[in-house]
Amino acid sequence: MNFNLLYHIGRYILLLRQAFSKPENWSMYWKETMRQMEDIGIGSLVIVALISIFMGAVAAVQFSYQLDGTLVPQYYIGYIVRDLAIIESAPTITCLVLAGKVGSNLAAELGTMRQKEHIDAMELMGVNTAAYLILPKLIAAIVMIPLLVTISAYVAIIGGYLATVPTDALSSDDYERGLRAFFQPRNVTMMYVKAVVFSFILTTVPIFQGYYVKGGNIELGKASTNAVVFSNILILLSDYLIAVLLTG
Amino acid sequence: MIRAENIIKQFGEQEVLKGVSMEFLPGKTNLIIGRSGAGKTVFLKILVGLMEPTDGKVWYDNVDFFSLNKKQVREIRLKVGMLFQGSALFDSMKVIENVRFPLDMFSNMTLAEKNQRVDWCLERVGLTGAHEKYPSELSGGMQKRVGIARAIVMEPKYLFCDEPNSGLDPRTALLIDELIQDITYDYKMTTIINTHDMNSVMEIGDNIAYLHEGRLVWQGSKDQVLSSENELLQGFIFASPFLQRLRAAALK
Repeated sequence: MNFNLLYHIGRYILLLRQAFSKPENWSMYWKETMRQMEDIGIGSLVIVALISIFMGAVAAVQFSYQLDGTLVPQYYIGYIVRDLAIIESAPTITCLVLAGKVGSNLAAELGTMRQKEHIDAMELMGVNTAAYLILPKLIAAIVMIPLLVTISAYVAIIGGYLATVPTDALSSDDYERGLRAFFQPRNVTMMYVKAVVFSFILTTVPIFQGYYVKGGNIELGKASTNAVVFSNILILLSDYLIAVLLTG
Repeated sequence: MIRAENIIKQFGEQEVLKGVSMEFLPGKTNLIIGRSGAGKTVFLKILVGLMEPTDGKVWYDNVDFFSLNKKQVREIRLKVGMLFQGSALFDSMKVIENVRFPLDMFSNMTLAEKNQRVDWCLERVGLTGAHEKYPSELSGGMQKRVGIARAIVMEPKYLFCDEPNSGLDPRTALLIDELIQDITYDYKMTTIINTHDMNSVMEIGDNIAYLHEGRLVWQGSKDQVLSSENELLQGFIFASPFLQRLRAAALK
């Protein structure tokens, strides 16, 4: 078991090392990066917006209920929704969802390419497949996912507003006052650190699973499942480590 | 010239290739034949460098392929074209993009020059007008033709084909065989085909190597196949009772 774990970690590192090689043709890599940006970024916009609006709304309703009848001022709801979105829900929940959507897609895409001998065909043409198939996806994810996380934070705050202000749980002024209260810019830095680290995880782990898939459809399904499970575990683990490092 | 020297390949305890040595005729169609599980595909993958042998050497024009560095391997690979069993066309790309892919990656041609080269290749394989189609819109035979067009777009010196006729009807299989042979002769390529299709053996086999349980047991031309006394080869070629009766009648 230990040997297997070390073997896979070593293989993962070697694959990444191979991926960071000089491209054979910059324009082909650029074209592929643009395609991946559209797939990962634009393709995930609706699902990210949808989960974010509900995350914000649920947080606002829940805290409104918790704070009701206490001495804590009601405008704290805006403050809590904002910080919850920036620190935790926008980067972590969004990336957990993206690990499911983008991660499983990447593992399946690479796995199918392996099974249908597309990777062998490219390799035989002289293409560095690790670089061509990984680098554009990684760059696209590291550029687009922090943007999605930013959108998610904004939409979550709007979701909190829509859940409380129109229902008279809170006045618009109070919600806005909460949003402006106790703002710490380093929380935004933390959000972007998390977004970049999680993007790296949710791209490279599924790619590793797909790139080395062997066998038939059952193995491909397993690789896709493993990609999501391992990405989620690593995202949560690194979430904890980043929280300890940046808040300590 | 390509030469394999004492190729051994083991997967765990199992020895798939047991010391295969073979020389391929330059400018001719070289066929590797054998029953399923004889080690043909593994041998072909070793020849093109997609798999490393446990022991043995593969020589490309007196250069030991497995002793080369990455840059040198790439230089050799630019001289190699391959038609895969399932064609291995990229699903997300149109025919024109599939065939142009190696040029896009490695040539300094302008787009117009590349497209001109693609036009020529598609015309050569009889697929004029299929440029804008996706692989899923093509029949199996057409996919093979696109695969051949992509394999020859870089004007390779060596062409490898893995089961080029699998999944095709006899008529289409024959057309693909003729196409491969014409291309081989016209452009003086060394073609190595992995097949168990008997029509291919009798039609285009300039040099035929028969693998049996990981060993090379017979090598000769298509004209020598029928007269060969090798029992293993005869058992493979005349496997069906119908062909056995036919052969007996011919011998009488």
